Amino acid sequence: MWGRFVTRRLIQLIPVLLGVSFIVFFTMHLTPGDPIEHMLGQAGHVTQEQIEELRGHYGLDRPLVVQYGLFVGNAARGDFGLSYSHHGRAVASVVRERLPATLELTLFAFVMALVFAIPAGVIASLRPQGVFDRGATIGALLGISMPGFWLGIVLMIVFGLQRNWLPISGRIDLAVVPPARTGLYTLDALLSGNGAAFWSALKHMVLPGLAMAAPMAAMVMRMVRSSMIGVLAQDYVQFARAKGLPERTVVGKHALRNALIPTVNIVALQTGLLLSGNMIIETVFQYPGLGKLAVDAIGAADYPLVQAVVLIYAVSYVLLNVGADALHAVLDPRVRVA
Amino acid sequence: MGEAVLGVRDLHTHFSTYRGVLRAVDGVSFELKRGETLALVGESGCGKSVTALSIMGLVRRPGRIVRGEVLFGGEDLLRKSQSEMRRVRGGRIGMVFQDPLSTLNPTFSVETQIVESLRIHGVAKGKEARERSIELLEAMGIPAARERMGAYPHELSGGMRQRVMIAIAVSCEPELLIADEPTTALDVTLQAQIMDLLAEIKEERGLSIALITHDLGIVSQFSDRAAVMYAGQVVEQGAVAELLEEPLHPYTQGLLRCVPRLGRADVALTPIEGSVPDMAALPPGCRFAPRCPKAWDRCRDELPEMREVKDDRFVRCHMYGEEESPMDEPEVV
Ligand SMILES: Nc1ncnc2c1ncn2[C@@H]1O[C@H](COP(=O)(O)OP(=O)(O)OP(=O)(O)O)[C@@H](O)[C@H]1O
Ligand SMILES: [Mg+2]
Repeated sequence: MWGRFVTRRLIQLIPVLLGVSFIVFFTMHLTPGDPIEHMLGQAGHVTQEQIEELRGHYGLDRPLVVQYGLFVGNAARGDFGLSYSHHGRAVASVVRERLPATLELTLFAFVMALVFAIPAGVIASLRPQGVFDRGATIGALLGISMPGFWLGIVLMIVFGLQRNWLPISGRIDLAVVPPARTGLYTLDALLSGNGAAFWSALKHMVLPGLAMAAPMAAMVMRMVRSSMIGVLAQDYVQFARAKGLPERTVVGKHALRNALIPTVNIVALQTGLLLSGNMIIETVFQYPGLGKLAVDAIGAADYPLVQAVVLIYAVSYVLLNVGADALHAVLDPRVRVA
Repeated sequence: MGEAVLGVRDLHTHFSTYRGVLRAVDGVSFELKRGETLALVGESGCGKSVTALSIMGLVRRPGRIVRGEVLFGGEDLLRKSQSEMRRVRGGRIGMVFQDPLSTLNPTFSVETQIVESLRIHGVAKGKEARERSIELLEAMGIPAARERMGAYPHELSGGMRQRVMIAIAVSCEPELLIADEPTTALDVTLQAQIMDLLAEIKEERGLSIALITHDLGIVSQFSDRAAVMYAGQVVEQGAVAELLEEPLHPYTQGLLRCVPRLGRADVALTPIEGSVPDMAALPPGCRFAPRCPKAWDRCRDELPEMREVKDDRFVRCHMYGEEESPMDEPEVV
């Protein structure tokens, strides 16, 4: 059952990717800004021949449709061409270098959001309109209404500049970079037993992670709360109590499992927003991940790089939804139909 | 019959609502003897379920048990701590609810839900719990019980679900089973099957049953004694045969006139005039006085006490007071 489910969903990926690549390719090429001019911007005197030669080198002299065809064909083989702005390095290698940073930060924000939001939502639901619930509601309102970049800047000023408690830029203290294995610094640090590197990497993620996690935590908390309130009024919760189960089992097992079912969708949706928030937050915190890479690439009209990064985002959205559907099926036997 | 398994004395359970205090249970008293089935009968909203939940210690905010006693096994359950009550719930007192689809947890298999009960009460665990669960399901008349263990509630029919719920309720060999309208959500043929099953379990396991229902047919067929509830109080209690044959309280008399009797097409059906009182603004006197054809001044001013008028016949009505009522002998239906 699971094999078929996953295969089917992965096949659905193909049209999505084609569509996304088409849109990205043509919007990039139709927006004003000439990559060659960007490249040669700093160079002093250049002749028209040199420009034409560069155009030929990057294939920019061919008709757009041909360029698109080549792009799709090469991309299917994992070749995204050469970056215009990274000294002509292969796009794939530039992306591979940055991907772990974003993965790590996003995962960190994701875990932080859920670790906070689920228990908070449950506690709030136990006494609606109680002190905790009211406090959490106000907190959630703040979390939802503050734009991530603004929260990022505030956190930066308060904890980074005024108190100097936490680093406000970069990924790690460059003196302690652990030997690369997975590319996730915290994991690599643990694997090599390097405590200093672990703490440094973790500390660098706290502020950007918080800025990203806050809106997600707020939304998920509200969702858990409201679905828990609904579930706690159900007969099966009363029956679980009538069986003599302790309240912690009644709430944590019988009620929570049911309340998480509608929450999965919100979590998937919010994780999608987390990804798109990357670009802003990574730029604010000078965090060397995919998001910042994408922003810089757009500024440099680095078509191949932008295309590759956007495709990665698109794939992650789709995978996220596949994951959400799978989790749905795990939690709710009623949707487990072959 | 013998000694009482359950004695409810002057139980008051109130809900605070935005409209004021709602006296859902307001002085309920009754006794359930060992090995018997006592029916709690009454119209919707008269407080039957709240009474059951009060006995189980499951009344939750905004509800509160204000006073009263629930005597079970020589102890007052209302004085027990939450952790002591957990051992009683599902252990010595089992409870069956009305709608088996909404009462079983949709996300857990039948096995998980039964085994959980056995384990929490220390009856059995691991493989033994599994085997016992299968035996229980078989005893409840579930065919292919072993295969059904892995099923989820939505995969079972209504009757099967109700059997599973009963299996869970009796899994830890309770002395008392509280069944809150166990057949209301089922169709008529299933109703009969489930009621037969309950009667069978009762015989085999020596259970006592508190059977909540508003179906007088079920009362007459499946219970030994009955307590009739009206607006949060028991108004009449006695052996079923007598109570149905010769109802004393005007409300019981009215109730019986509302049900068609098989083979008695000659008896006209007459609904009780008026409607159930607002539980947040109850009349000062007898709760039934505003609708009672026989009420006089005293009924509207003074709440009658429950009195034993004959051997094992209790009624809460001024007509049966020590002082003579202005009426003659009670009318017999
Ligand atoms: N959680 C609650 N909050 C407020 N009022 C409640 C609550 N539960 C019950 N009540 C009120 O208590 C009264 C008695 O309700 P109860 O459920 O005991 O009636 P019932 O006799 O079981 O009726 P039915 O036959 O419909 O099940 C009703 O007026 C109901 O509105
Ligand atoms: Mg009820």
